[in-house]
Amino acid sequence: MIRRPEPVQVVKQRRDATLQRLVTGVPYIQFLGIKIDRRGDELTGILPYADKLIGNPALPALHGGVTAAFLEVTAIVDLTWAMIWEDMEAGRLTDDTPRIPLPKTIDFTVDYLRSGLPRDAYARARINRSGRRYASVDVETWQDNRQRPFAKATGHFLMPARDG
Amino acid sequence: MSAEDKSRRDRIARQFIEAIPHARELGMALTEIGDGMAEIGMDYDARLVGDPETGVIHGGAVSTLMDTCAGAAVMSHAIAPAATATLDLRIDYMRPATPGERITARAECYHVTRSVAFVRATAVDGDPSRPVATATGAFTLERAKT
Repeated sequence: MIRRPEPVQVVKQRRDATLQRLVTGVPYIQFLGIKIDRRGDELTGILPYADKLIGNPALPALHGGVTAAFLEVTAIVDLTWAMIWEDMEAGRLTDDTPRIPLPKTIDFTVDYLRSGLPRDAYARARINRSGRRYASVDVETWQDNRQRPFAKATGHFLMPARDG
Repeated sequence: MSAEDKSRRDRIARQFIEAIPHARELGMALTEIGDGMAEIGMDYDARLVGDPETGVIHGGAVSTLMDTCAGAAVMSHAIAPAATATLDLRIDYMRPATPGERITARAECYHVTRSVAFVRATAVDGDPSRPVATATGAFTLERAKT
């Protein structure tokens, strides 16, 4: 028997609700004001500019720690998203599913290429490898010009124990 | 170092923290400053939680504390830099910080060249014998014009 594809709004609703649950549950993501934009399975972190994110008022420039945090948040959300994708698509994640466990950062190295300007920033991650236990993720952030990232990072993560 | 130099250094280092909006936002406080070293504390804050299940502070907030502390260590160096910026910073997360406890970072500039400062930092919570995280980084060193 051929299964009919699910209606698009059902698929979208499920994906967006899962992503919302992932992002709104973390106070620090809310504190920095980070949003996650989704196109299919691709995620983009968005850090809307706020005065409280400034680290050098003389330039002015975003705090290097904020840049690092934005990169780390984007990497973790992207990694978690990839981890749960199959279960979500198969409808195995429901409102009754216990909270989604998050990967834990082992190390994180940030390369600061230029100063972060006082405007919105965007970030995208690429998973180099995601094993059962460990994962390696590259992530970069840019502002006005996608070809000119102002910081890049690589991190290693410990994946949560999963059933099955 | 003369008393005048010392007070000048202390003043610059304190202003360094107070003038940083994001460091103020996180409630950072400079607790010690020396020649090329700094110690900065940050109280536990529920807004900074990264894992709601455990209440553990997000690694990003610890990064920010380490970066700020490392920058303060560079600024307090005896050569009196005019400014500094992070070139790269690597953080190793050794264990989750205990929820509810203050986190304290200590950074030292262990080597400086004409234009670069190399910095190491360690963060601890209520149990200083077991560090929460360590960091190493390279910072730019902009010398004051003479």
